[in-house]
Amino acid sequence: MKVKVIVTLKKGVLDPQGKAIQQTLNGMTFDNVSEVRQGKYFDIEVNESDENKAKSQVEEMCKKLLANLVIEDYKIL
Amino acid sequence: MKSSVIIFPGSNCDRDMDVALKKFGFENKMVWHNDAEIPKSDLIVLPGGFSYGDYLRCGSIAGKSRIINSVVNFANSGGLVLGICNGFQILTETGLLPGILQQNKYLNFICKNVFVKIKNKENKYFKNIKKEVLELHIAHNEGNYFCSNDELKSIEDNGQIAVTYCDDKGNDDEPNNPNGAIKNIAGIFNKDKNILGMMPHPERMIDPFLSGEDGSLFFENLIGSL
Repeated sequence: MKVKVIVTLKKGVLDPQGKAIQQTLNGMTFDNVSEVRQGKYFDIEVNESDENKAKSQVEEMCKKLLANLVIEDYKIL
Repeated sequence: MKSSVIIFPGSNCDRDMDVALKKFGFENKMVWHNDAEIPKSDLIVLPGGFSYGDYLRCGSIAGKSRIINSVVNFANSGGLVLGICNGFQILTETGLLPGILQQNKYLNFICKNVFVKIKNKENKYFKNIKKEVLELHIAHNEGNYFCSNDELKSIEDNGQIAVTYCDDKGNDDEPNNPNGAIKNIAGIFNKDKNILGMMPHPERMIDPFLSGEDGSLFFENLIGSL
């Protein structure tokens, strides 16, 4: 089955790319954009039919590799 | 004294480090990332570069490579492990050093000489260096050191800040911060001070005709203190 993961920067952690994107959007006349936070999205195909098992494995992957918990949060969709 | 430099796919400062270590008397061996064992060493160096193309996060893939278990065991048994630039990033990703190196604050790749202030000399890396300020070279896109406030307090309390960015007089304040790093941090130790990670490249400052010699001071002290 396919498991989807989103990794985002924690609240309060500086996101210079997000800031640059926000400023560019403002410059493109999207004046009402007040903040952009950039993250990462993963589609993970796991050879496992039990959804809970697959998700708990992906949770391990998030903690050990996909996210750095010093600055990032992850969400399994 | 024996040293080992680990080569990852994408490392590009490994040969400079090899030249520097040999120049100052180390018997150096190059070790491939897919090896399981490291030859008997007094010092292991993780060199600069772009291991695994900086995929996912800088140093994250190298931090899970086959050789890393041996590096972690060596470090945990008190062995000296030095990570320069990408090597520093790898050390944070393995958890041997706290914090993380984020993208530079102003999104630019920085390649220039900087001054760094030595903050702690009670360790083998800086013990007998007479100078307080060294001129070294940096070249990185992700050198913006970050950690939580609790970690920062613990790093400061334990004297784990090794070097900070400063001017030639040693003022390590905001105007002399090239990349946004917390407290101008350019390099840190682990609690026991046997592991050092730093963004500046001492191996690029070992020739008076090409660059400068403050890197020589670093290597001379290192071999002398082992």
